[in-house]
Amino acid sequence: MRSLLVKDLLILRRSRLLVGLLVVYPVAIALLIGLAISRSPQRPRVAIVDETPPGETVRVGTQQVEVSRYAKQVFSQVDPVSVATRREALEKVTSAEVLAAVVIPPDLVAKVGSGTSQGELEVIFNGDALEQSLVDSQLRSALAQANLGFSEQIQAATAQAIDSLVRGGSGGLPGASESLIGLERIPAVLGRVIARTPPGADREALSRVADFASFAAQNLVLSKRVLGTVGQPIKIHSTLLHGRRTPLNTFAVVVALTISLMFVAVLLAAGGLAAEREEHTLNRLVRGLVSRETLLLEKGLLGAGCSLVVGLAMLAGVGAFVSLDWSRAALWLAAAAAAALAFGALGVAIGALAREVRAASLLAFVLSLPLALLALVPSGAVGRGVYDVIGAISFAFPFKAALQGLDAAVNRSSPSLGVSLAHLALLTIVFGALARVGLRRSQTA
Amino acid sequence: MSAALRVEALSKRYGRLQALSDVSFEAAPGELIAVIGPNGAGKTTLLSIIAGVQAPSSGTVSRAAREVGWVPQQSALYAKLSVAENLELFARLEGLADPPAAVAEMLAQAGLVERAGDPVGRLSGGNRQRVNVAIGLIADPPVLALDEASAALDAAQRNRLWEFVAARAAAGTAVIFSSHYGAEAQRHADRLLILSAGRLVYDGTPAELLERHPGPAGHDLEQAMLALLAGLEAPASAVA
Repeated sequence: MRSLLVKDLLILRRSRLLVGLLVVYPVAIALLIGLAISRSPQRPRVAIVDETPPGETVRVGTQQVEVSRYAKQVFSQVDPVSVATRREALEKVTSAEVLAAVVIPPDLVAKVGSGTSQGELEVIFNGDALEQSLVDSQLRSALAQANLGFSEQIQAATAQAIDSLVRGGSGGLPGASESLIGLERIPAVLGRVIARTPPGADREALSRVADFASFAAQNLVLSKRVLGTVGQPIKIHSTLLHGRRTPLNTFAVVVALTISLMFVAVLLAAGGLAAEREEHTLNRLVRGLVSRETLLLEKGLLGAGCSLVVGLAMLAGVGAFVSLDWSRAALWLAAAAAAALAFGALGVAIGALAREVRAASLLAFVLSLPLALLALVPSGAVGRGVYDVIGAISFAFPFKAALQGLDAAVNRSSPSLGVSLAHLALLTIVFGALARVGLRRSQTA
Repeated sequence: MSAALRVEALSKRYGRLQALSDVSFEAAPGELIAVIGPNGAGKTTLLSIIAGVQAPSSGTVSRAAREVGWVPQQSALYAKLSVAENLELFARLEGLADPPAAVAEMLAQAGLVERAGDPVGRLSGGNRQRVNVAIGLIADPPVLALDEASAALDAAQRNRLWEFVAARAAAGTAVIFSSHYGAEAQRHADRLLILSAGRLVYDGTPAELLERHPGPAGHDLEQAMLALLAGLEAPASAVA
């Protein structure tokens, strides 16, 4: 087998175009898919016209809220281009220098501060429907967050005023005396006065005032809690059933690595075996010089070994940009090796069926790419029945198991690495056996 | 002298098709045996069973596959490797004690010393076939099976190939070759095996066949074989 491996590596070294394609193509595809998964759309360029006086604040209760703080939050979702006038902004939109313009009117602060009318931003769009939709949704999302922040400030000021009413003191409220009595202290004060007041209409009136003060204090405390709920009626509480949450960028690295392993291993193993038939050397080899099992093992190892080299080189390169837990490198290597062997076995099964290299390569591409895409379909994206079919297909081929194994090794996600390694080992045996049968059938045909 | 190869009651069936029926013969060391017959007669099947490429349905071949050098019709070589690298790979796979020495010897015998470093993909059809034969002979097997090895070659290339093969036969290798060319069999074979529909219908020398089926002046082996085959069909037609 060593002589055959050396021969194949020598042939590979002399096929520079093939090697170049085998390395560049899967890495390019892997990185593109990884980028698509990990990166959000680019921030659109938007012209900003701020017509409000600089440093203007809105007073909410005792708080001075800076308008510019929320403006910054709104524009963090876009790539802002500051312009002085509305006319200048229109010119930039018309010339397509920016996708949209946002005009902050000079009366924004007055309207927000009035508490009776809403402030309004003017948005001027350009470009096609897709671009408009992108700008619109990003601005709306940012505005919703800014509004939420603003409303939290208003709630805080209101809560402070309620505290003053209930507990007493000025609470910083303009015009209020520091010696103001709080509602919750009124019943006790009145109780002492009532005790000294003879029975009659005055005593009864004082008792009713004390009861009201007690009732008002209790309900204002409740209303303070209600304010918090109204401000954010629904909030997210995440529960992960098992495993560990995978950061999107490291998951993208795992996807990129799996795709690289798959393409190189499947193409090389399939092409290598088909090449033996195309050059008519297959019969010469298996007539006693090499057993069919050894030949299949050699081609599978060739594909797996080369894919491992390409995949790990890519991982090392990507590792410069994405934070990876290098202390788990031994586990990545084990997962990557198991995945590469399973892909190599799939490759030899394809190579055993195909009679020539071109057919084997085409079959490998036609099979690999949809399998990778199917394995990435999230549950809920399609109907239950379709998802079950996708799940069955993904189970029968190595991509999903390889993805899960590498994800478990890199990110400690579930299912566990052991389960994935066992799955990959099973698939390696199954595809190896299919390749053996395919080789026998194609030779006798 | 003991036989270099003994084939006994060899049969091969592909589903309903009986490709070979009860074929038996022996080959002596140094003997050149031509296997001829019409298309589909079973020539390639017989040679591939002798070479161990496929197993017979029944019958036996006295030699193991590795004791028979095999030269397929289409050159079975790695185009990206040089002549010497192809020879060395198969020398190693054959488990020879000194592969470089075997390569050097084979390059000299095949007249390919000058082309040793050339990639096989750049060789002419004739030279490629000589490398193909050299690989079949690199382990110095007692028997060589050539399956229409000269089919794609021109007259000059065929001539050079046969010089090479004849030299090996002279050195004691039993050579069994199939051919489409009657003239080639007539010129190079010591003995003829004629197959028809998988059956061995003639086993003798070319001269005996010509004697048995005489014809006009210029009558050749091919015409004698056709006469033999026609004679075999005639009684069957009469019965039908």
